[in-house]
Amino acid sequence: MSKKIGVIVFPGSNCDHDAYHALKHIMNADTTFLWHKDHDLRDIDLLIIPGGFSYGDYLRSGAIARFSPIMNAVQDYVKKGYPVLGICNGFQILLEAGLLPGAMLHNEKLRFICKNVHIRVESIRSPFTAGLEKGQVLNIPVSHGEGNYFIGQDGVRQLEENEQIAFRYCNENGDITKEANINGSVSNIAGITNKNGNVLGMMPHPERAMEPILGLTDGIPFFESVLNKLEIA
Amino acid sequence: MLERKIINIFMYKAKVNITLRNSILDPKGKAAHHALQNLGLKPVKDVRIGKYIELNIDATSKDEAYGLAETACTKLLANEVMEDFHITIE
Repeated sequence: MSKKIGVIVFPGSNCDHDAYHALKHIMNADTTFLWHKDHDLRDIDLLIIPGGFSYGDYLRSGAIARFSPIMNAVQDYVKKGYPVLGICNGFQILLEAGLLPGAMLHNEKLRFICKNVHIRVESIRSPFTAGLEKGQVLNIPVSHGEGNYFIGQDGVRQLEENEQIAFRYCNENGDITKEANINGSVSNIAGITNKNGNVLGMMPHPERAMEPILGLTDGIPFFESVLNKLEIA
Repeated sequence: MLERKIINIFMYKAKVNITLRNSILDPKGKAAHHALQNLGLKPVKDVRIGKYIELNIDATSKDEAYGLAETACTKLLANEVMEDFHITIE
């Protein structure tokens, strides 16, 4: 039986079709939409929580979405060790749901940031990045107002010790600098995994970097890593 | 005769203030502070911006109302990784 990818749709998701298109039409993976009111994840082998503004970002980004019926199933799904990828608002939802540590603050300079940035692969411990090289630089767009990742000092140390930092913002040479830290995130963090390595949250949008005609293609090696290492391709 | 127990339910108002923890930079507050400085309000030394939420709660006692408001805060209204909350019941 072919492996299946599920993309959750919340009221206010707006990158759900981008993720669907990237996986179904470019990566040629069997992909389906899941409604936020669904109660089970059926035969899904990889779950994607896409970007957008679920519930209008009311209260805090992701705060209301985590109470959607499907999120109970997601909690079980993660406990059983299945892989979940949260992109942008998906990352915020995973933080609010307690499936990843830390929280998201407004960007340090308050502006909504929509541009192409460089991120460096910091850990290849999880299957999501295992097909990439440590230190590899990817050019991927970001698009967020609340992407200023926050966690206390002990939290950062734990993330480092457990190799949970998947990506950091860097310059085009791969240097981790203050200038490259677009939103003020602690330790330039752009993406983290949980301790077990089956949940990845990232602010950049790899699904928007899939076709030469649209400018960037570094989402392709990322999704190749995800699909190959999770044996979904 | 069965003894009838009367339970009085009252309406309480919980006033909830949510603020960013002191250790966390508040960029909105900083921007507002900067604007106030430009307005000439030099004695304003710091601005912190938070949220104010009112909850109308049916409960049998003030303590019960407080408990409910506290649950609302810890489960949804505040994110304790970065925010503190303060509840007053009326």
